[in-house]
Amino acid sequence: MIADADNALDRADTVAATRCDHCAQPVPAGLIEPGSERQFCCPGCRAVYETIRACGLDSYYRLRDAAEATFKPAAPGAGSFDVFDTPAFEGLYVTNDDTSRTKHVDLILEGVTCAACVWLVERLPKVLGGVLEARLSLREATVRVTWDPTRVTLARIARTLDAFGYTPHPAKGQSRKHLLVKDERRRLVHLGIAGALMGNTMLLGFALYAGLPAGMEGPFRTLFRWLSAALGVVALTWPGGVFFRSAWAAVRTRTINLDVPITLALLVGGVAGATNVVLDRGEIYFDSLSVLVFLLLVGRWFQYRQQRRADAAVELLFSLTPATCHLVAEDGRVTDAPVEALKAGDLVEVRSGDLIPADGTVVTGRSAVNQALLTGESVPTEVAPGSAVSAGAQNVGSVLRARVDKVGQGTRVGRLMSLVERGLAEKPSIVQFTDKVGTAFTAGVSLGAAAIFAYWMNRAGVTPAIDHTVAFLIVTCPCVLGLATPLTLALAIGRLARADVLVKSGAALERLARGGRLILDKTGTLTEGRLELAEWHGDASLRPVVAAAERLSSHPVGKALVGALGDSPVVPQPADVIERSDGGVRTTLDGRTLLIGSPTFVTRQGASICPEFDGRRRALEADGATTVLVAVDGRCAALAALRDRIRCDTAYALAALRRLGYQPSILSGDAVPVVQSVATRVSVPADHATGDVSPEDKLAFVHRSAADGGMTVMVGDGVNDAAALAAAGVGIAVHGGAEASLAAADVYIARPGLAPLVQLVETARHAMRVIRRNLLVSLSYNVLAGALAATGVMTPLIAAIIMPVSSATVLCLAALAITKRKAD
Amino acid sequence: MEVIFIVLPLALVLAAVACAAFYWAVQRGQYDDLDTPPLRILFEDSRPTDRPAAK
Repeated sequence: MIADADNALDRADTVAATRCDHCAQPVPAGLIEPGSERQFCCPGCRAVYETIRACGLDSYYRLRDAAEATFKPAAPGAGSFDVFDTPAFEGLYVTNDDTSRTKHVDLILEGVTCAACVWLVERLPKVLGGVLEARLSLREATVRVTWDPTRVTLARIARTLDAFGYTPHPAKGQSRKHLLVKDERRRLVHLGIAGALMGNTMLLGFALYAGLPAGMEGPFRTLFRWLSAALGVVALTWPGGVFFRSAWAAVRTRTINLDVPITLALLVGGVAGATNVVLDRGEIYFDSLSVLVFLLLVGRWFQYRQQRRADAAVELLFSLTPATCHLVAEDGRVTDAPVEALKAGDLVEVRSGDLIPADGTVVTGRSAVNQALLTGESVPTEVAPGSAVSAGAQNVGSVLRARVDKVGQGTRVGRLMSLVERGLAEKPSIVQFTDKVGTAFTAGVSLGAAAIFAYWMNRAGVTPAIDHTVAFLIVTCPCVLGLATPLTLALAIGRLARADVLVKSGAALERLARGGRLILDKTGTLTEGRLELAEWHGDASLRPVVAAAERLSSHPVGKALVGALGDSPVVPQPADVIERSDGGVRTTLDGRTLLIGSPTFVTRQGASICPEFDGRRRALEADGATTVLVAVDGRCAALAALRDRIRCDTAYALAALRRLGYQPSILSGDAVPVVQSVATRVSVPADHATGDVSPEDKLAFVHRSAADGGMTVMVGDGVNDAAALAAAGVGIAVHGGAEASLAAADVYIARPGLAPLVQLVETARHAMRVIRRNLLVSLSYNVLAGALAATGVMTPLIAAIIMPVSSATVLCLAALAITKRKAD
Repeated sequence: MEVIFIVLPLALVLAAVACAAFYWAVQRGQYDDLDTPPLRILFEDSRPTDRPAAK
């Protein structure tokens, strides 16, 4: 008995251990081929494995096994990629190199994970003649391919990459990326130069300090002082110029940020140091000042890099959204074309599951389109020839052909995007914590400096008064805060990015930590965005028949019915299934006529609804459900109610968010009863749930709650949420959202559900606690150093020691807080 | 110790050369991607075209 159990366990282990030879994921039990040397989890992986073997690139697997990354099953065969050879595509993405008569393009690859991918992709020139070079950047998952157009076509290159399991997409937004790269390089140069200057000034400073007790010969001392001054002035004006510009910009708009007290210290120190060098008297402060500039730049560099990473990850998602559509030519041939190349008057074919590429009018075909991302409606709309369709809606029914009416700015999405710009412009300016501290600092330091100057003026005259005031101003520079705050934020952003929460700005974290109003969009955020059977009334024997009749339906209602009812065997099969475009299915079963569809469809087809069913239907519809009636020979026999299911973690997440100081409310474009029903089920009070809201109303709602005071956090996924996301204190776009909402939001959560939102708020609060603690420590250092300077005890040597020590303490505290958090 | 009048400026000139080299490297994009090149250097080039590759 026990032995048997052990055997069973052993067998379970071997089954679990059977892994796909391509992607190393477990192979589903049904796909294991006994006796075969190679096992694959899906046909995609098999195809890729065979391609790689055929090209003699098996070393890939050796490299991959060493990399310890997790892989996803490969999905080759994503298309013909013919569109990559069209002139429109070339004009948009391909760069010509005229001197060498080659072309190059940046392609974003899906499925790039580790070093082995770099190796495999960069073997491309050896596999495909005519490809001159392929360079993959792991961080950006982007490959730059250079090829000879006389020998190979780009479509062929794309197909080869696809056959290796990396589906290529053209990299969008290259002009913006170019600017970002330039910015990043500028910052890096500043950092490097500031570091070199700091090192050299410190060397000179050491020599000067070492010479203090013994006394240094005049000419050497002068040389050292002048050289320090020269290096220090370069450090202040070139890399340090960033602070001066930022402070000047703040002063010009009559605000104060943290750069103002920093600039004050740098400026006073620089002027006093230079004067003392020229007059050959007193202290020069350039060693301390150049250290300051370098440390401040280090903190900023880290925060900038983390934000860039999050930003790049969002850009990547942008590029993965399909950029091609099916264009119908004059002669009826269907070709692939880039969406950007569409013109008004073009005829496009929209297949089932495709997004509609532009605003247009349906010419042929009857289908249903899902506008959830555009309007928030969870129930698809029926379309027929003559109906208008909007760009961004998804065709969930059969094939449609549509005439393009408007493209770009003229489309509905284009208009929504201009609304987003308005939202961004009207974003409430919330004073950042560090800026508040900066204001307090500036006020305190100015008062202190004035008092010290006055005191020493009375006691000892102008020269010591100036000396002590300058020393005070320099040692109280809030450099620790300027370094530790961005570092803490950078660590928090980095940790969130590993949990698939992409934060585009540190300011968003600070705002999130405050708590306030949490406005949630319904579709896709609280719910799964997919219909499910909730109730069935009437004749239960009809259930398998309905499932069989709806089996071929592509309508979401039909799919939901098949999903819920489809597992029982069907005897007898219904015959003559006709899916009607006006909302239902007509079929015959044993000579009886069956009608399955919306109440309007069933009544229009001549069936009568008995009062009992009608009453129940009304009650269900008032409660936000979608109803389907089944009529047999003109008499109503069954009633099904479908609902958009609520995500399983929603209730838990909302409770956690309430604890963290948020009041949730729901704002949705869906019908009022649906919204109210969802609100009741997730225990949000009815007066905090509003339905049937237009994008403009959402924007206005966000403005109103911002005017009430307090933070407004908006969570949404649709194009209709984009403007509100942009205008809210913090806009959070969630998994599966539209491109527009990604662009408008401060944070993007790349995992489904609300649980990551809880993690986001918790991390934000933790980061703010660490920042406050750092502030306290650095303030006590400042008070101590300021007191020493004020009493005239402070020597430049003590200042040069205290400043790095205080920085080190605070940095250690910040690092400790983060590592401790990791251990939890 | 008068040598310091020559050595010290010389050292600074060297530092300036290093800075110029750093500037050049950054502008050439050598710091744009720090993740991929350290991996690339480890690959052995097995030259699959030399082997009897399956056609």
